[in-house]
Amino acid sequence: MTTSTESSGAAIIRDARAGGPARGPARTTRRMRRPGAVARRTIAWILLAIGAVVAIVPFVWMVSGSFRTEADLYSAPASLFPGEWTLGGYLRIWSELPFLRVVANSFIFAGVTTLLCLLFDSLCAYALARLEFRGRRLAFWLVIATLMVPSQVTLIPVFVELFHFGWLNTYQGLIIPRATSAFGIFMLRQFFLSIPRELDEAARIDGAGHLRIYAQVILPLAKPALATLAVLHFMNLWNDLLWPLAMTSTTEMRTLPAALTLFGGQHVNDHAVLLAGATISLLPLALAFFLAQRYFVQGVAQTGLK
Amino acid sequence: MTQTTALPAGGAARPAGREAPRRSRTVRRGWQAWLFAGPSLAIILVFIAFPIVQSFWFSLHDWKIGATEQKWLGLANYERLFGDPLFWNAFRVTLVFAVVSVVLQLVLGYAAASALQREGLLTRMVRSVFFFPTIVALATIGLVWRFLLDPSIGLVAGITTSFGLPAIGWLQDPALALPTVIFVSVWKNVGFTMVILLAGLKGVPAHLYEAARLDGARGLQLTRYVTLPSIRPTLLFTTMILTINSFQVFDLVYVMTKGGPLFSTDTLVTMMFREGFENFDFGYASAIAWVLFAVIMVLSAIQLRVFRYDDVD
Repeated sequence: MTTSTESSGAAIIRDARAGGPARGPARTTRRMRRPGAVARRTIAWILLAIGAVVAIVPFVWMVSGSFRTEADLYSAPASLFPGEWTLGGYLRIWSELPFLRVVANSFIFAGVTTLLCLLFDSLCAYALARLEFRGRRLAFWLVIATLMVPSQVTLIPVFVELFHFGWLNTYQGLIIPRATSAFGIFMLRQFFLSIPRELDEAARIDGAGHLRIYAQVILPLAKPALATLAVLHFMNLWNDLLWPLAMTSTTEMRTLPAALTLFGGQHVNDHAVLLAGATISLLPLALAFFLAQRYFVQGVAQTGLK
Repeated sequence: MTQTTALPAGGAARPAGREAPRRSRTVRRGWQAWLFAGPSLAIILVFIAFPIVQSFWFSLHDWKIGATEQKWLGLANYERLFGDPLFWNAFRVTLVFAVVSVVLQLVLGYAAASALQREGLLTRMVRSVFFFPTIVALATIGLVWRFLLDPSIGLVAGITTSFGLPAIGWLQDPALALPTVIFVSVWKNVGFTMVILLAGLKGVPAHLYEAARLDGARGLQLTRYVTLPSIRPTLLFTTMILTINSFQVFDLVYVMTKGGPLFSTDTLVTMMFREGFENFDFGYASAIAWVLFAVIMVLSAIQLRVFRYDDVD
């Protein structure tokens, strides 16, 4: 019983090696079920190892492919590592695309939108969680209803709206319509409701208004929720393709996914530039993932457990 | 409650006294609330709520952007849609994509989650590896897999030819393109499914397993009679989210095949994008969007019904 729920992965591997298909006779006599369990666990770990390889190899190949020459790729397609190294892709991407501008666009779009989203979502969530006002129920209902609407339904009318505002192919057109999220409001509202009201009351006795309570009591306590939401928003915006593709029309305004996709549509076989671009576009998120994996996992888990 | 019902009357009837300051404070509070909620609600109204209505309005017209007059068509766009073989093709492709990928994601995600439940350095590392594709843009993943699957320079062809098998044009063959795109989608989303199901599995109380073991249950019986019923709410949400997401599939298909070859991977959203942003037929594209909307609503309703119904017995 205790051994089968042993928590250390290393111990599982050790057990598996020791037991394995060739059973340890001493153990079998003590426990009839063990050899089967060990065999099952060995098989499970073999499958998990295969899965892990399948999950990670495409990224290894992407990074190595971005350093490989055309000739090298053609002669050894089964190889995971460069036969000869080249920086060609990383050098040419600057001349083939206004690459610095595209990277900057991605940071501006994802960064500014995330910040606005956190600000507006938390303000709205504060009103819904803490303030009495006529129409609160209606406002909350509106937020919940929009949670269920697929974004594709609003894509064309929003495009037409931005056309009339003269906002197509501009930063404000990319950012403002995305600067709030029903999910964010909902999640923060639930979080704010879990903060004891006594803390507000204490601040109010000290003469604080709602803005002070929001900024100095609620927000500091909501830091973990805000961090999770920030990571989730930034990741989704950084990765988004359909929205920037539809709302921008010049290469100067494209974000990384849109620019790479359109470039890839025209230069189908320019693997070096495309893989270099893919690698660079992945770097910020990969770095953030290694530093703060917890927030990514929490954010994703929460989208599933509303 | 007493405040809101008493105040309008009290404020009107009594000129001064105890009521006056309370009233002004509540009014100011209400006014403040709208300032707090204002930006978000304005954005939702202008860029989500109004466009939904507008989208339906567009779908009843032969809508041209910037035209002074839009020609009213009534339901003609929908009639055209239901008579369009390309629409039924896109519908079928989307359905196949959704059903196959959701089932595979649930099965593989559950397998990974239950195999990696225990805490430990190695399990944590494998979980991270499985989860990593979740954070990567579908556009990037589509791009990389397009090269990986390339018959002349791709790793996959390199491996098959080294075993003496022919190099296969996975994305060039109309019969293979859809299964290939489904595979890549599942590959990306198993980690996502795993994380959500792990959260559910962690919530199963240990005493349920102990009780079942005392009753003589073991192995798969524990899964069938303890685990699965306990994580039913999580399974519902996972299934719903995966299904809704798969019906909206766009990025991966657009990057890997653009709906081809021969429309074999053309989904509802890629068709909508083509009609809307390449042919600028906004009325027709809006009709597609509304069909998608309706399908998603019906699916959510069915799934909610099915799971709640089961909860009763």
